[in-house]
Amino acid sequence: MKKNVFHDRLAFWGFVGPVLITFIMVVIIPFAMGLYYSFTDWSAIPDNPINYIGFQNYMEVFNDEQFIISFKATIIYTMISVLLINIIGFTLALLVTRKLKTSNLLRTTFFMPNLIGGIILGYVWRFIFMKVFVALASSTGIGFFGLPWLSDATHAIWAMAIVSTWQMGGYIMVIYVAALQGIPEDLLEAAQIDGANAWHRIKAIIFPLVAQAFTVSLFLTISSSFKMFDVNAALTKGDPSRLTELLTLEIYNKAFIESKFGVGQAQAVILFLLISVVSLTQVYLSKKREVEM
Amino acid sequence: MRNKKIQLIILEVLGVLLGLLYISPFYIIIINSFKSKKEFLLNTLSWPNELLLDNYLKAMDKMGFLTAFKNSLIVTVLSLLLIVILSSMAAWMLARTKSKLSNVIFYSFVAAMLIPFQSVMLPLVDLFGVNKLNLINTHFGIIFMYVGFGASLSVFLFHGFVKSVPISLEEAATIDGCNKLQLYWKIVFPLLKSISVTVAILNGMWIWNDFLLPSLVLQKKELRTLPLSTKYFFGAYQADWTLAMAGLVLAIIPIIIFYLLAQKQIIKGVLAGSIK
Repeated sequence: MKKNVFHDRLAFWGFVGPVLITFIMVVIIPFAMGLYYSFTDWSAIPDNPINYIGFQNYMEVFNDEQFIISFKATIIYTMISVLLINIIGFTLALLVTRKLKTSNLLRTTFFMPNLIGGIILGYVWRFIFMKVFVALASSTGIGFFGLPWLSDATHAIWAMAIVSTWQMGGYIMVIYVAALQGIPEDLLEAAQIDGANAWHRIKAIIFPLVAQAFTVSLFLTISSSFKMFDVNAALTKGDPSRLTELLTLEIYNKAFIESKFGVGQAQAVILFLLISVVSLTQVYLSKKREVEM
Repeated sequence: MRNKKIQLIILEVLGVLLGLLYISPFYIIIINSFKSKKEFLLNTLSWPNELLLDNYLKAMDKMGFLTAFKNSLIVTVLSLLLIVILSSMAAWMLARTKSKLSNVIFYSFVAAMLIPFQSVMLPLVDLFGVNKLNLINTHFGIIFMYVGFGASLSVFLFHGFVKSVPISLEEAATIDGCNKLQLYWKIVFPLLKSISVTVAILNGMWIWNDFLLPSLVLQKKELRTLPLSTKYFFGAYQADWTLAMAGLVLAIIPIIIFYLLAQKQIIKGVLAGSIK
């Protein structure tokens, strides 16, 4: 019997151990080190002493004008892109779940940008905003194309949101499509016979029944927007004058350009807290709504 | 009834137009990738006069396309293999062991999904860097990291799937004298095939396209992955738009081919990954 217990334990660690060790070394230990480093004068130079300095890094973060700019830009970018991605994703889902001949082809098309990495998409759109839009503006005369897309901060944040929407719209569409397909057909037909118009059907039947998909999509879009780095690095690089430098890029620059590793790490801890608080609150609130309906 | 038909036709037309608008960025970079500099300057929107392959040949050479493609393939495939095998082993054991420790370990994997990469990247580079683990600038190092980062979601997905698999088959095999390793390899792993494909696709999309981690860990030119070499290439030749576009098209082609081959699995994977 005793031998059995020993064997079970050996098997347990034999199976769980390998992935657990990599996970601890790559995620847990660096996370703990990061918490500690954010309270020190860490310089990332090997063999340099590391001294505990209390909340000094955090004080510096909140007195840093660039951090405040990045923080605000991140919040604005997140609000715009979460809204755009979900509206477009939901609309596309409504479209491709109608009985269209091109339905499957359209799904394939709308999902395609999602497969391409943010750094490549960022460059593709850099070209479009800088060259193609200018050409379109002069040949069509449409003002929209002539806007200062990358040279003005407000427009550049919208530009990033447009690229993210193009990238993630199809992904979110897939989630809404699954939810929409779960709605019984006869329920919608019955409502139509009772005289409900399209908007009524969306409001009274479709929205409540896809509430769960909303919870998931909001969670995914909020956390991915807060974490957005690649498109920012490729499309605007923070320009003009670091006004579109989102938090993730600011952390990178603080450490690798300004060599302030402790301060950068303190910002990274703040980013973690921000993402945790916002996304957990959102899931809690959305779940509550789901139950009520 | 007739009204409805007309409505559907209008929607169909709208859908096709929207679809064309959606892929128009691809169209525009492809046509420009074939142009000469002179032709590009004359008109960005026109169809190319002749299909010049010069840009592609030059881009392939300047970005070290073949090396970068090979590096991406090695890193992605090996990471996925390890993630699928090691995570499914752990998830199966965690799901079948009813103990406090097993719960604590499982929920640590789940909770870690909230940690953004930026919160661990600086210490990670420090820990794996010179004078410590010395795994920077090796493919082994980055694969190890991908396994660690991929573990959270993968263990979570496998765990959920294992719980829905009836245990009777495993019990029968145990009575027949299977040990744990045989049980896993001969009975359990084959049952996990569909979820393994999902896990591989979700991790694969992310690892293949990842830029930040390789940019921190793979500084040697000959180790660069495709997104990383695209970044260096674009940075160096961005004034030369037609050449830059050829480079971007090259970087996009592999993933589009893969998508057209594995479309169904990809959509299924995305759905399974979103049901958290």
